[in-house]
Amino acid sequence: MSAPPARDDGLTPAELAARYGLAVSGARPGLGEYVRQLWARRHFILAFSRAKLTAQYSQAKLGQVWQVATPLLNAAVYFLIFGILLGGRDGTPGGKHNYIPFLVTGVFVFTFTQTSVLSGVRAISGNLGLVRALHFPRASLPISFSLQQLQQLLYSMIVLLVILVGFGQFPTWSWFLVLPTLALQLVFNTGLSLIMARLGAKTPDLAQLMPFVMRTLMYASGVMFPLEHMLKERAGASPWLVDVLQANPVAVYMDLMRFAFIDGYTGADLPPHVWALALGWAVVAGIGGFVFFWKAEERYGRG
Amino acid sequence: MAVAEDTRKIEEARAPERSQIPTVIADDLHIVYRVNGGPRGRGSATAALNRIVGRKKPVGMREVHAVRGVTFTAYRGEAIGLIGSNGSGKSTLLKAVAGLLPPERGRVYTDGQPSLLGVNAALMNDLTGERNVILGGLAMGMTREQVRERYQGIVDFSGINEKGDFITLPMRTYSSGMAARLRFSIAAAKDHDVLMIDEALATGDRKFQKRSEERIRELRKEAGTVFLVSHNNKSIRDTCDRVLWLEKGELVMDGPTDEVIKAYEKETGK
Repeated sequence: MSAPPARDDGLTPAELAARYGLAVSGARPGLGEYVRQLWARRHFILAFSRAKLTAQYSQAKLGQVWQVATPLLNAAVYFLIFGILLGGRDGTPGGKHNYIPFLVTGVFVFTFTQTSVLSGVRAISGNLGLVRALHFPRASLPISFSLQQLQQLLYSMIVLLVILVGFGQFPTWSWFLVLPTLALQLVFNTGLSLIMARLGAKTPDLAQLMPFVMRTLMYASGVMFPLEHMLKERAGASPWLVDVLQANPVAVYMDLMRFAFIDGYTGADLPPHVWALALGWAVVAGIGGFVFFWKAEERYGRG
Repeated sequence: MAVAEDTRKIEEARAPERSQIPTVIADDLHIVYRVNGGPRGRGSATAALNRIVGRKKPVGMREVHAVRGVTFTAYRGEAIGLIGSNGSGKSTLLKAVAGLLPPERGRVYTDGQPSLLGVNAALMNDLTGERNVILGGLAMGMTREQVRERYQGIVDFSGINEKGDFITLPMRTYSSGMAARLRFSIAAAKDHDVLMIDEALATGDRKFQKRSEERIRELRKEAGTVFLVSHNNKSIRDTCDRVLWLEKGELVMDGPTDEVIKAYEKETGK
């Protein structure tokens, strides 16, 4: 052995650790190192999200059909209530015949953010067993969950495309705008999911509270009715309120997606500076959420 | 030569003045679990409101002080057994050494990343055994190539396919013994620097137990330091040369296996 046979007895544990180059177990790595560790776990993140997705409906007889049936049934309910009973079809950009594509796009896009938030809240608190058994950057979990929701959305998109074509919306070049929109929304959702994961790890009660917050957001973003028309013509709201509600991230991504897919939905129906808003929300939530989550990395798993 | 000398020394009673390379150092370690919804304050809405409004110490929260000021140093080449009655903090201590539970006070220093033998939590009952092998391997930090290389070995070792093609069925259809075997096989497929085993020896039927004991011996040879939690004093005697005895979260005794086990058996009236 090359080490001199010096006596280690007089040293404190900290000095002994320093002498042999031992590191504190479970300490939080630096931000750069954290990103590197996360990248090294990318296959696990992807495999975990796919596994969750498959496991979700594996007990049902129809199996994976529910991936598309669930959002479709949701849209059918909203069509019945808001489209027919409450007359939400009034003021749909491009005319009433656009209501179904308008509604279905809205429901699917909103569901993407909603489920990301709701699963984010439980990402740590609902997987304490995993967190306490294995070592990996904890951000893997919320990121994995928002990827799971993205895959779910891609299933729904298949249904959406069929519906669009069925209602006379044929593919145009503007459909490519869906890709940047989806990418930005994914970054936004992941950031939000990371924030919710940290909050939910400390206060699991949020899991009970968030469904109400999300439902409020759903009605406030115009998922099943044209927001501007409804607020101005029906409710007589002041213009600043309309601006604020239209600038909320959920509405921004939803409107962009509708703009991309629906012919009658023109640039005039979009709120001002919509791309800047979409990018801004993604950057703020994405980077902010990641740093916010990383700050508590060594504390997940306690309690 | 140095290695041989080192092993010989370990087989002797440990002499404190000997120079060794530490791999795990626990320094006055305290672990506290916080549990929501204990009997105190449960269901009281005002208490919950207090908790949210004021940032005082939560009323409905109970603290369980699981490990109280444990200090020890583990050296390379040692196999250390942890004994003590149920709820004495053995598993908690291992999790803290692995860096999975943040300490309340004190510190754990380690050489490299210690790993706890176990992947139970990463596996999903609704998925096939096949996909669970892959998921479990990735969860332990293996690369995709490593998982692919070792896949067949894991399946063969578990013996799941001995009675037909079970690996392509969902894990919820497995008997509890089969599931435990697959879990152990996945967990034991990785090499570790500091390896910690939590009563994993007692899984499966006799044939599998023998096979897993053999595998643990192999892992021990490859690993720098081994920790073993077990209630089976025989398996501790067989594998460990040093034993830590924990009781109520405190370290009662730390020494050579025979000495500590004798004292422990005397105390528990065996």
